[in-house]
Amino acid sequence: MRMELIQPFINATDAVLAQGLDSPVSIENLSMDEEAYRRRGIAAEVCLIGEIEGRIIFDVDLPTAVQLATRLAGMEVSETDDLVREAVCELANQVIGNAVTSLNDQGFHFHVHPPTLHTSEQGSKGSEDTEALVMCFNTSSGNVFMNVALRHHCRQAVERTAVAG
Amino acid sequence: MEKFAPVKRSEDGQPVRYLIVDDSVFARKNLARMVETFGGQVIGEAGDGVTAISEYDRLTPDIVLMDITMPQMEGIEAAEKIVRDHPSARIVMVSSVGYQENIVAALQRGARHFVQKPVKPEVLYEVIKYVMRDDTVTALGAGAGA
Repeated sequence: MRMELIQPFINATDAVLAQGLDSPVSIENLSMDEEAYRRRGIAAEVCLIGEIEGRIIFDVDLPTAVQLATRLAGMEVSETDDLVREAVCELANQVIGNAVTSLNDQGFHFHVHPPTLHTSEQGSKGSEDTEALVMCFNTSSGNVFMNVALRHHCRQAVERTAVAG
Repeated sequence: MEKFAPVKRSEDGQPVRYLIVDDSVFARKNLARMVETFGGQVIGEAGDGVTAISEYDRLTPDIVLMDITMPQMEGIEAAEKIVRDHPSARIVMVSSVGYQENIVAALQRGARHFVQKPVKPEVLYEVIKYVMRDDTVTALGAGAGA
């Protein structure tokens, strides 16, 4: 997968989590996922359509989700509270929104759908042109996983370059 | 959360009345908590653009905090429709998707300002004071973070 598509997601995750949790964030692991996606806990999925297409899944285990929700809401949140799921979706929205902002400002044009909860245990496999990259971020509330599977439409990009030139 | 000097309406000294529009309940709660620290009053909430329009008509709030990416009708379209019917409406877009085209489109369709998520309270506070500048008073001797 092209690094120029991935770097904005790394930067945005770092910035959003560090600001929201008021503590540093580090990348613990980064790997290509050839197998079908398996949900770890509470997962929010955002789909992109346009010059870049695909999906990003933001995934945390339940104890981490509860800690994240508690920190971000500024009050105790229990694991049965809907706010835990809402918090994961909103975090996904903020991280992906910020990454998309950066990509759009670089000239990639696409539309973002609102985040939805990914409820099935398993998702589809990445293919040759939609490789899934899995990133693990270590935060003070636990590990946050982001599974990115994007496809870049080269033809539109070539047209874009031609128009710009 | 930081303490801010309350922002009041100049005409009657009453709290500024807000309509908060976001498809995320979590985001609405966080924004509500934030504007309450500014001395504001949340009089309504909506989870999509269509409901935002009907809630605006019903409540005529002093200010609307409007997300962009929402189901049914997105925030920019809702803002445009609200401003068409209520030219004095004060709408602040609050979204994580803050690329230039989006901001320009929102401002061209009648939004007064844009705040990118994650929202910093001190930034939103200054934006609200700016957007309400002709119609608010702020307690003397106290500013953001006071």
